[in-house]
Amino acid sequence: MAKQLPKRDLENVGLGVTGACVALVTLVVAALIFMVAQKGLSAFVKDGVSVVEFFTGTKWDLANTAENGLPYTGALPLIVTSFAVMVLSALIALPIAIGSAIFAVEISPKFGSKVFQPLIELLTGIPSVVFGLIGFHVVVGLMKSVFHVSTGLGILPGAIVLAVMILPTMTTLSVDGLRAVPDSYRQGSLALGYTRWQTIWHVVLKSAMPSLMTAVILGMTRAFGETLAVRMVIGGIEAMPTSLLSPASTITTTLTTSMAVYAEGSAQDDVLWALGLLLMGMSLIFILIIHLIGRKGAKARG
Amino acid sequence: MLDQAYSRRQFLGLAGGLASIVGLGLVGCGGSNASDATDKGSAAAAESVSGEVTYDGASSFQALVEAAAEKFMDANPDVSISGSGNGSGKGLTAVAAGTVTIGNSDVFAETKLEADQVKNLVDHEVAVVGMGPVVSKNVKVDDLSLEQLKGIFSGQITNWKEVGGDDATIVVLNRKAGSGTRATFEAAVFGDEAVDFKGDAELDKSGDVQTQIASTDNAISYLDFSHFDDSKFNAVKVEGVEPKSKNVTDDSFKIWATEHMYCSKDADEATKAFLDFMLSDDVQGKLVEEQGFIPVSAMKVVKDASGKVSSK
Amino acid sequence: MASTRIHIDETRLGRVQRQDRIATGVLTAIVAIVMLIVISMVAYILFEGVSMLFQPGFLTQPARANGTQGGVLYQLFDSFYLLLITLVISVPISLGGAVFLVEYAPNGPIRDIASTAIETLSSLPSIVVGMFGFLVFSVQLGWKYSIISGAVALTMFNIPILVRVIQQALEDVPQAQRDACLAMGLTRWEATLHILIPEAMPAIVTGIVLSAGRVFGEAAALLFTSGMSSPVRLNFLSFNLSSPTCAWNVFRPGESLAVHIYKIYGEGSPEAQQIVWGTAALLMICVLLFNVVARIVGKQLARRMTAE
Repeated sequence: MAKQLPKRDLENVGLGVTGACVALVTLVVAALIFMVAQKGLSAFVKDGVSVVEFFTGTKWDLANTAENGLPYTGALPLIVTSFAVMVLSALIALPIAIGSAIFAVEISPKFGSKVFQPLIELLTGIPSVVFGLIGFHVVVGLMKSVFHVSTGLGILPGAIVLAVMILPTMTTLSVDGLRAVPDSYRQGSLALGYTRWQTIWHVVLKSAMPSLMTAVILGMTRAFGETLAVRMVIGGIEAMPTSLLSPASTITTTLTTSMAVYAEGSAQDDVLWALGLLLMGMSLIFILIIHLIGRKGAKARG
Repeated sequence: MLDQAYSRRQFLGLAGGLASIVGLGLVGCGGSNASDATDKGSAAAAESVSGEVTYDGASSFQALVEAAAEKFMDANPDVSISGSGNGSGKGLTAVAAGTVTIGNSDVFAETKLEADQVKNLVDHEVAVVGMGPVVSKNVKVDDLSLEQLKGIFSGQITNWKEVGGDDATIVVLNRKAGSGTRATFEAAVFGDEAVDFKGDAELDKSGDVQTQIASTDNAISYLDFSHFDDSKFNAVKVEGVEPKSKNVTDDSFKIWATEHMYCSKDADEATKAFLDFMLSDDVQGKLVEEQGFIPVSAMKVVKDASGKVSSK
Repeated sequence: MASTRIHIDETRLGRVQRQDRIATGVLTAIVAIVMLIVISMVAYILFEGVSMLFQPGFLTQPARANGTQGGVLYQLFDSFYLLLITLVISVPISLGGAVFLVEYAPNGPIRDIASTAIETLSSLPSIVVGMFGFLVFSVQLGWKYSIISGAVALTMFNIPILVRVIQQALEDVPQAQRDACLAMGLTRWEATLHILIPEAMPAIVTGIVLSAGRVFGEAAALLFTSGMSSPVRLNFLSFNLSSPTCAWNVFRPGESLAVHIYKIYGEGSPEAQQIVWGTAALLMICVLLFNVVARIVGKQLARRMTAE
């Protein structure tokens, strides 16, 4: 700082520096979306993989080639497994998350904010491989002894591990949602002679609905994209799952094991990028849904 | 001086990287650490090399490579060797793409890569290993024919009683599609026939198979001999022949593979020196057998890229 | 007639109250189960792994035999080194980005586009970020499997978290502070640099340390960028940044603790299993430490600021 810059210039420097940071981030995101889309679409455009086959075919086998000279690219089993794991884990986590959020906000707020929330946040910090490790040793073993199955790997243990993983996201957001409900609603309801449970069920939950839905969807987004923890307990068979305890493979787990196995630019590699594109598309759709809910919630509140 | 030039180059690589993220589309730079470092090294000390060797590929003989790397680095402290075992397919693709300097593989590069990619690679056959079926401790069967293996690994035979065991469903533990062990096993059992059966799990590494088969009843899988462990699971005879190294040398035990280490034609000094060391007497005479492999020199037969076996 | 109606009302009242009691009971049970799961998970990992931390060599030796023997010294170092570089890149960018969003472009299309971009980045599965990092940094830029490739991929993962935290911290600074600064003739830039950022510093530091915990445990984005191996030998005393054995060389491959766990979780030998659990315990203790440090530092900073 040898010489004081004129004020106007200083302001421009600030605008320039911070603007560049934002521009950089925006451009990186744009580049990422563009490149994943380009690589993913080239499977269909350049290599001639059939879109219909990709979404409805049930045979996924990149190591062997079919009569048309392309590998077997039916991704339906992977898509089905991804959705099954996601929905199942959300179904397991949902009642627990909302139940404990109600407890932490409505029944015992002091305990909720002093003990329960820090504990739940602890769960957020645990790395996903550690969840996977516990899943591999504890949950899979449990499956074996409870259901008497051979390997214990499959969709169910995957969903259980994921349910625990998305629990903190869903619980924290649900707590925030319930806290945002004005106290006057509760007081009004209680004054009308409703019990605490009736107040919660008919008034609080109803008015917190948009934020609860956001919580669920964000949890599902995380479940859909989670990779390593699922890989460790799902078995890795790229075929249509026949039961909740038959080994399967999600989009993400297939990517972990198959990515970088095939030469860059080969049909196999491009098809894997198409899976990446599918993942990206799904998370964009999830964001869109959250925005729509937010907008609707805002409108409902006036 | 070279040092400075080098760090400037790295800086440029970094700057170029950032620039291209920003969207200026500047691609390139970075790269080829080892050759620069080697020039510097050879100027300083004549006999010892320096540089960076990285490998990826087959998990079946990674232990051998690591053991040799330890010894090599004792003699050449300026060389850094690192790598992982993500399967033969990954190793071959990575060496062809230049993300690693050595690709380890249980199979010939020709079976996984395009012809023009293979052209740029140099093969080093460092060892031979037998691979055989393994079964859970509770399975009574101790001998299987190739025909029976074919039945089991194609899903035709699903119960142990069909091959002389107890009445129990067979749990088939496969390896992933990129695995060289799987490719070798399937080539020996199925020949050219395409296999459409996936089994009950597809595992990433030889170590994973060891763990799973030890903790699962009625299971069958396959491993290379160096991963056999009698305390956890049983190795099975094939066509009445014991899975022993001496039976592999004359091809009486049919399932075996040559372990290849591929490098690029223009590989740097450190990589070449390490591969030479792999083929030297230090490794071939001692380490190979210590680690449970067969030296190439002990083989009475050879296998070519198409899987044809002929006597030497 | 009248008595019947009263009777109905009473049963209804009883039912409603019973419902209330049952609901409270069920909710309490759910919370108890959740707490039990969390506590038993942490306890299980520590129980299985902590003894390994006191094994001689576990924290001071490099891994041998593909990680199934030896220690995790290099993985521990690589994890912190990756984190350091990630923070060095991502903190300034996030700070700039957040300042822009809060102070310079409070409303309008630019802000919408930028926040949408950041939100998109935050919702992307980390494996997709890893694939992109592999393609661009490892292959196209020729950085191969290296610490720098991994750190840049982690940066992409970290920026959305940081921007949001810093944005929140800046927004929490009272508007009156800004007005006062501007009224005294300071430019926005001066006000931000000298008043707003120092004011928001406790929250910013807490946020950075908390995000560090997330970065520290990330694995999927690193598989294809920094790789699944660390050099067999590293020299910590060498500062020749182009030497492949120099620990500080950002162009060498590196393996974080989380990737190490993924690499060897399936290995069957008892020694490998001990190492896996030891690594898991180590990783968790580090992450918990980040949490504790974040809270303490935040409080300390806040106290010092208010004491001034």
